[in-house]
Amino acid sequence: MKAFATLYSRLDATTSSNAKLAAMRDYFREADPADAAWAVYFLAGGRPRQLVPTRVLRETAMQAAGLPEWLFEESYQAVGDMAETISLLMPEAEHSSEDGLAVWMQDRLLPLRGLPPEELAERLPALWAQLDRLSLMVCIKLITGAFRVGVSKLLVTRALASLADLDPKRVAQRLVGYTDLSHRPSAEGYRALIAEESEHEHAQRGGQPYPFFLAHSLQTPVEEFDMLLGAPDNWFVEWKWDGIRAQLVKRDGQIWVWSRGEELVSERFPELCELARCLPDGTVIDGEILVWKHAPETPSGELFDISGTGEPSAGAFGVQPFALLQQRIGRKNLTAKVLQDAPVAVLAYDLLEWQGDDWRQREHRERRVQLEAVVEQCPNPRLMLSPLVTGDDWADLARQREASRALGVEGMMIKARAAQYGVGRTKDVGVWWKWKIDPYSVDAVLIYAQRGHGRRASLYTDYTFAVWDGEPGDPERKLVPFAKAYSGLTDEEMRKVDAIVRKTTVEKFGPVRSVTPTLVFELGFEGIAASSRHKSGIAVRFPRMLRWRLDKPVDEADTLETLKELLG
Amino acid sequence: MDLVVARPEGLYCPPGDFYIDPWRPVDRAVITHAHGDHARWGMGHYLASRDSEGILRSRIAADMPLQTLGYGESIEHHGVKLSFHPAGHVLGSAQVRMEYQGEVWVASGDYKVEPDGTCAPFEPVRCHTFITESTFGLPIYKWPAQAEVFREINDWWRANAAAGRASVLFCYAFGKAQRILHGLDASIGTIVVHGAVEPLNKVYREGGIHLPPTVYAGDLTKGDPRLKHALILAPPSAGGSTWMRRFGDYADAFASGWMMLRGTRRRRGVDRGFVLSDHADWPGLLWAIEQTGAERVMVTHGSVAVLVRYLREMRGLDAQAFATEYGEEDDAATEGAA
Repeated sequence: MKAFATLYSRLDATTSSNAKLAAMRDYFREADPADAAWAVYFLAGGRPRQLVPTRVLRETAMQAAGLPEWLFEESYQAVGDMAETISLLMPEAEHSSEDGLAVWMQDRLLPLRGLPPEELAERLPALWAQLDRLSLMVCIKLITGAFRVGVSKLLVTRALASLADLDPKRVAQRLVGYTDLSHRPSAEGYRALIAEESEHEHAQRGGQPYPFFLAHSLQTPVEEFDMLLGAPDNWFVEWKWDGIRAQLVKRDGQIWVWSRGEELVSERFPELCELARCLPDGTVIDGEILVWKHAPETPSGELFDISGTGEPSAGAFGVQPFALLQQRIGRKNLTAKVLQDAPVAVLAYDLLEWQGDDWRQREHRERRVQLEAVVEQCPNPRLMLSPLVTGDDWADLARQREASRALGVEGMMIKARAAQYGVGRTKDVGVWWKWKIDPYSVDAVLIYAQRGHGRRASLYTDYTFAVWDGEPGDPERKLVPFAKAYSGLTDEEMRKVDAIVRKTTVEKFGPVRSVTPTLVFELGFEGIAASSRHKSGIAVRFPRMLRWRLDKPVDEADTLETLKELLG
Repeated sequence: MDLVVARPEGLYCPPGDFYIDPWRPVDRAVITHAHGDHARWGMGHYLASRDSEGILRSRIAADMPLQTLGYGESIEHHGVKLSFHPAGHVLGSAQVRMEYQGEVWVASGDYKVEPDGTCAPFEPVRCHTFITESTFGLPIYKWPAQAEVFREINDWWRANAAAGRASVLFCYAFGKAQRILHGLDASIGTIVVHGAVEPLNKVYREGGIHLPPTVYAGDLTKGDPRLKHALILAPPSAGGSTWMRRFGDYADAFASGWMMLRGTRRRRGVDRGFVLSDHADWPGLLWAIEQTGAERVMVTHGSVAVLVRYLREMRGLDAQAFATEYGEEDDAATEGAA
């Protein structure tokens, strides 16, 4: 545990990728394979379900440290991290356990799951007393499933690859599914990750997907596209769908559905299993899962609801709002009604495997042609082709892109026709760009502030924003909260806002302060929907601060009316 | 009768008609120590401990109207008997003991309970009412042993020197810097100091405090071979400035009690954080308060509300808050030096 905790602190202390790589290599070089197996699992983003309820953790810690609840709470507010707070409040251990990560996970921590609170209250302090402060903090993070340390899967892949002298793409391939909940890390599994490459490894087994190829954000003004990208004919342009990125794997007569987080989600989408009938074995499709309603008279093919005016728009048929998909993901039980109200379909945009062969090294144009044939031969409304958008030039495409919001898409994807299918965010074998539309934006007033977590601990960085209910000049009008946001400010701005929050506090409710409304921010968000759960009657998606409107007095902030107009 | 009350100018002693560490100009100021938020310019008369004289004169004015007393010596002013007692915070730091008609109050200023070899160690003074700071007034603050921290600093410096890289350690120029100098293993390499640190070293040395030899950064040119193995002490304000360029490839670190928290360490953006404070930690505050035997405790700057509530509910003391302009409001957000 100590060695893993040291690795954690080294990774946590630096922002340099090289330093992180060095720290991981040092750890893996020395680690027992069983410990290394678990380390890979956690570093690559594996999250076992929470082993002990947070409430029990807190109560046990308060008891053991002899502190009243309010003082524990004050401490937590200052630290901004539960695991760290507990590690600071517990008496320092006299001696520290020499056992490794695997022993701790398998013999001590995993068995805690499901134990009654009385039993936990007895066991936890005895376990904690064996760990030095740093190990204790890391241990609690493992217990709560909140372990994160600013290392990407790609970086873990690189560290292992350089250690074992393998191609990082090979390691990435082996890592697919490694962090899935059904997988239990083992010494054997770790040895397989770093083993020498073997002949038959190219043949895919079972339902394993490929690592997803990810797009980069394109924020260049459209006037510069020609310079940056060349002519549009070198690119495939598609709509950027607002759904769940997924791979459909068809092998051995069966369909597996994997989400972008490399999580097996087949059971969430039982209707996609129908596709097993029309897709041949040895086919892997990359696409987007969307809630899709087909018009009764034309059960396949139409992408948008064509209204009487001939203008395409998202509506009764075609792609449905993301909120509907979200509701469906949240359901524990997929009843017949849910399946009927929110049926899904896959919009295919790439073909990674065909007739059992890995097609990722072929050019996109070749993959696209074959993909079109595959979809053509699968006459099922649950599988459609993500259509290509064409235009005379970039300016023309930019004009078409303006319809994004009406169409229920997030903008466009621009994919190099000559690109291979890369691994993660690589750019060396061709690029995918996401050309997103500008977010919605409104000017809102900061009315509540709460202290942040992690590196923002102790600073007031999490804010609640309000708009006016009522027109300017109306003496009765009030500010109604409608969104919380905490990202988008620079460190410098955060410090300034923090100071103003402290000076303008009206009341404190636990960790939250209400303030005299003086600060106006331009808030951006991706989506907006009516909501009966919010006081304002409105819910926004991904709200964040775009800029601080120092120039704008509170009176001139936007109104609820403006927001409602955005609902359309 | 209350021997100290909070006034807009500062903490005021009504029978003695003087202020303690006032933040606005007044006629008579009793100064606990020479940090800028406690010793300000513009007072009619200053009274301070003898050990703080050098620093005060170098920071405020050589010809300032200053009267001093040795620790334990007393004078009487309007019937108030006043004396200074070591606070263990920085060179010359003192608690102020006031006695009037049998009632004893002690104002602590800032204090630290662990002796550090660069100033007279904290001495508990029995009193009826104790005025305490609360900079680190949360149970999460428990300092590691000083020797352990110095071992970490020396190891860090040694590792950097072995890699041919300078070690820049940011710390408050008065008190913290000299304490670090006193605890360093000077055999590892050259110790270089920033222009804000050097004059204070001089005062400490003149006061008989042993500090290893130091080189003023201004006397070195870029590329001086000594820099590859040097440890540089600089105030936090030097970070990110052009002053840093002369050190070429360097590792940086910050020494402060706030480094106890991962969040503040990360926000500082330095390679390392060393937990070293000139203030009492939570157990230190509680110990000091208990040692005074006071039944009434007035809490100033820091985690005021927390300490007041704790003392009332858990210790059954008559604790109250005093609003002051020392330090920052209630936590680590804006403070870096303590």
